Amino acid sequence: MTSIPVPGESARPVATDAGERNYLTAGRGLASWLFTVDHKRIAILYMIGICSTFMLGGIFAMLVRIEHWSPGATITDSGETYNRWFTLHGAIMTFLVLVPSIPAILGNFALPLMLGAKDVAFPRLNLLSFYLWLIGAVGFVCVLFLGGIDTGWTFYTPYSTTTATKVGLAGLGAFILGFSSILTGVNFLVTIHKMRHPGMGWFKMPLFLWSLYATAIIQIVATPVVGITLLLLVVERTMGLGIFDPALGGDPVLFQHFFWFYSHPVVYVMILPGMGIISELISIYSRKHIFGYSFIAWSSIAIALFGFLVWGHHLFVSTQSAVMSTIFSLLTFSVSIPSAIKVFNWLATMYRGSIRLTTPMIYALSFLFLFGIGGLTGLFLGTLSVDMHLHDTYFIVAHFHYTMMGSTLIALIGGIHHWWPKMFGRMYNEAVGRLAAVLTFVGFNATFIPQFLMGSRGMPRRYYNYPLEFEFLHRASTVGSFILALGLFMAAYNLIASLFHGKKVPDNPCGGASLEWQTTSPPHLHNFEKPPVLTDPYDMEDLYWDEETGGYRSRSVEGASGGS
Amino acid sequence: MLSALTSLAAQQGRSFWMPTQGSTFAPEVDGVFQFIFWLSVFFFVIIIGLMTVFVIRYRRRPGIEADNSITHNTKLEVFWTVVPSLLVLVIFYLGFRGYIRARTVPGDTYQINVLGKKWVWSFTYPNGFSTNELHVPLGRPVSLTMTSDDVIHSLWIPAFRIKMDVVPGRYSKLWFVATEKGEFPILCTEYCGTGHSDMLTKVVVHEPSDFMKWMDEAGNQYEGMNPAEAGEKVFKKYGCFACHTLDGKDHPIGPTLKGLWGKMETLSDGKKVLVDENYIRESILDPQAKIVKGRTPSMTVFKGMIKDEEITFLIELIKSLKD
Ligand code: HEC
Ligand SMILES: [Cu+2]
Ligand SMILES: [Cu+2]
Repeated sequence: MTSIPVPGESARPVATDAGERNYLTAGRGLASWLFTVDHKRIAILYMIGICSTFMLGGIFAMLVRIEHWSPGATITDSGETYNRWFTLHGAIMTFLVLVPSIPAILGNFALPLMLGAKDVAFPRLNLLSFYLWLIGAVGFVCVLFLGGIDTGWTFYTPYSTTTATKVGLAGLGAFILGFSSILTGVNFLVTIHKMRHPGMGWFKMPLFLWSLYATAIIQIVATPVVGITLLLLVVERTMGLGIFDPALGGDPVLFQHFFWFYSHPVVYVMILPGMGIISELISIYSRKHIFGYSFIAWSSIAIALFGFLVWGHHLFVSTQSAVMSTIFSLLTFSVSIPSAIKVFNWLATMYRGSIRLTTPMIYALSFLFLFGIGGLTGLFLGTLSVDMHLHDTYFIVAHFHYTMMGSTLIALIGGIHHWWPKMFGRMYNEAVGRLAAVLTFVGFNATFIPQFLMGSRGMPRRYYNYPLEFEFLHRASTVGSFILALGLFMAAYNLIASLFHGKKVPDNPCGGASLEWQTTSPPHLHNFEKPPVLTDPYDMEDLYWDEETGGYRSRSVEGASGGS
Repeated sequence: MLSALTSLAAQQGRSFWMPTQGSTFAPEVDGVFQFIFWLSVFFFVIIIGLMTVFVIRYRRRPGIEADNSITHNTKLEVFWTVVPSLLVLVIFYLGFRGYIRARTVPGDTYQINVLGKKWVWSFTYPNGFSTNELHVPLGRPVSLTMTSDDVIHSLWIPAFRIKMDVVPGRYSKLWFVATEKGEFPILCTEYCGTGHSDMLTKVVVHEPSDFMKWMDEAGNQYEGMNPAEAGEKVFKKYGCFACHTLDGKDHPIGPTLKGLWGKMETLSDGKKVLVDENYIRESILDPQAKIVKGRTPSMTVFKGMIKDEEITFLIELIKSLKD
């Protein structure tokens, strides 16, 4: 029986010719990392930074879950402490983790490579983005040590203008993070416009790049609004100007409009790149050309544009007029369609494929499942009368965890596994990787399915204390969160261990047809030693399995170099 | 026996997903919820079913290549764009219908004013009488005109499937017709700080005749009580317990009222003052006027909200707690 090609499991070790010149070894010492302008190294800096803040946010999540083991006091007898925990969890996870996550880590690493370019358009600006992110992160850690904040990550006025906690500093932190996000967006936008491989038309780009493009538009247009809003908040707090506080003649609901004008589009900043990754993974691990390329590409743009017109669906019970609510509800439903299209296209891609359940593919299939639930439960919340019941309950909490964590983060982790061999030239343990993916999936559902149920049955969100009837569901959720944490730790351990014990991999261990798989693993300092040969990023038939190197090879590349 | 029956009745209409149905809106909202639920289940089963079938059927096997001849199919893609679009339009319409009904207050309602403040609700009836629990007659449209004294709160009655924010500086409205006798929880769903999760009370639905009776009795609520007992009732009514205790235990927000009477307090400006009738009176009506050294002035201002008679009862209560 011929063995089935498994990435990185080739019989003999592969000699990579990257040698001294790959980007990891091209410079040594801490300074060569801290002052690097190489997009690949910046991606790794972001990866370390974002994973650390993810841990921090995760610790607060676990504290919240443990506290809910029983009503009233479990590990803290103070509602004030609990309020700080859930606020820090939410603020860290959104501003420091989810918003930058995929663009900053995988976008930075893969975007220039996929375009066949040497770097992003503005490498120094890229480093500046990273340091802005770092300053924002340090700001949040300061907030943490100076007593925390207790406003919820949404900073609703007039609570946020009257609480004694460190809202000013946190607002400033988020403001700086906003700049980081804008600059990344500008950088990617220009890079995609100007630095595509000669001959790579818009519709020959990998779909991941379309999604990053759509994301960049949102980052650039929406982020300034939240920046200004947070600034107004700080001005009101420090100078007593009446903008949002009715006691000073302001309008508290105005804040919610400003806030969601940014924060709704920003959920697409989180989810769109995730969808882009899934398009790559499903196609590659099914060995199939993506189905309906242009529908998927256009749906990304449609989501980015429609995403700006639906913020009012967070305000159905905020005293917003019924007419406004009606319009926002209708527009909200319209934005659900492009997402549905993507799901059907992914399924069609798998049809008659040659599917292998590698670790990244398991994450991709988890994504389909979790995003399916996240998207479908969105229908309940977009429905005016039903939202009146479900708004601000655990139903919402579960819904957005399915879309934000179950989708964005699962896509990120899947993507990291997919590009890992390219990043470091080594393969992780496949069995451990799969087990971690399954544990994460099981733990995730165990954590959040009970939350849907308690929400619709009457459990509001952001509650320190709760009625005894919800104890069982809370406990189920807490148990689930431990399984989830275990899965995540296992994945992290597996990846880190691979740096020391992982098998070396060839240029193209997993069979991607986009340009990054033509260079060495890890890539050369300047990305490509010889100019890459333009191919269709989804032409899987161009690739064949080469037993000798334990990787895939491209017929057109070999044809172009005169057939070696 | 009768109470067992009524509590059984109160359980009625409770489903796997939803609490008891207690208002005319509840069956409608639940109907829409069920419709979306089963539609979602249908699509979810299709998506995950196909995914599973494909993973098994098209698993990688030696010698079998993927069929790369299919890259798109415009007819199919238009089909799965149009069908979901039509379905979501139906869902939109169903939600719209119920929402507009819930937000259009009819003209002939029994009107109750609602004030939310950290972290108590108070409900004021047309005759000026007010309570912390909401009492309403069965089967009659009741409307709530709501505002807040401090930050934004949100009033949710899960059994009635209605919710609306309670915003300082503006009035919001809710209305409903209760269809089920009994008691149902009222919760605050807009995060409002330390006591947010304890800002809960209940709505008591009476038979209309019982409601009138309750109103009459409640109207002279302090009858037959001694002043200190009446004081305790006032203490509950105005939500003083949100910040004070009566048993000497510490409260994170306000000082305990036990042992207060006759004490010498040192104020923030260093002056000393004796806790007597006048001091207590001022502490309630204008708490900011004199602040004891080391305390944060965060007490609600009760000027204009509390009757003179009730202050007298409170003073008697505090006197009785002298240790
Ligand atoms: C929002 C929280 C809050 C509520 C509600 C509240 N208080 Fe207070 N109260 C405080 C705080 C804080 C202080 C101490 C600071 C001050 O004097 O303003 C205080 C002080 C007092 C004092 C003076 C105590 C002293 O040692 O000098 C009295 C008397 C008092 N409250 C009675 C009441 C009564 C009676 C009610 C109900 C009608 C009530 N409070 C409701 C927070 C509250
Ligand atoms: Cu939104
Ligand atoms: Cu509240």
